[in-house]
Amino acid sequence: MGFWIELLVSISLVIGAVFVFIGSLGLAKLPDFYTRLHAPTKATTLGMSCLLITSAVLATYQQGYLSLHELLITLFLLITAPVTAHMLAKTAMHHDVEIMNGTSYKELSVRAKERTTP
Amino acid sequence: MLSIAILIATTLVCISLVLNLWRLFKGPSRPDRILALDTMYINSIALIILFGISSATALYFEAALLIAMLGFVSTAAMCKYILRGDLIE
Repeated sequence: MGFWIELLVSISLVIGAVFVFIGSLGLAKLPDFYTRLHAPTKATTLGMSCLLITSAVLATYQQGYLSLHELLITLFLLITAPVTAHMLAKTAMHHDVEIMNGTSYKELSVRAKERTTP
Repeated sequence: MLSIAILIATTLVCISLVLNLWRLFKGPSRPDRILALDTMYINSIALIILFGISSATALYFEAALLIAMLGFVSTAAMCKYILRGDLIE
């Protein structure tokens, strides 16, 4: 394997894993549910995209022809992450999960809870 | 160099799986636990992809795609169940 492609693949693997780790660290350490929702939705999705595209590049290099399998998983994760976050936020609002002090416009959550349309 | 990078990446993903498990046990509300499970399946896809890179086969792609699809469906089903008290009304 060439030196430069190995360097590129190694660096982007480590960067993707660091983003996944930051997402889980945010899930463990942030103070309330609505802030915790941000970390896995954004950072973990970005890190997973990085890992999967790296895997596609490596498979293309090793097999000699274009391999786009992993892009399918990337696309699927990018589509489903906002949907999941929206459903979880709506569930938490309907269950009156505690909102941290210092949140601005806290009274809007009551109006959002009363609304019946999805 | 690639094997060291795979080792570092696998270690980081395993640590994040442990953090998710901690949130799954501790989580004060039910949406917290669903969020922890959701993040756990995404991290397990990362582990499978890393194992596929280290063993240089494209065999594990189907497993990763299956886990992604079933994980999304199960998260949506759990949210719906908690939100409405029923899955199919």
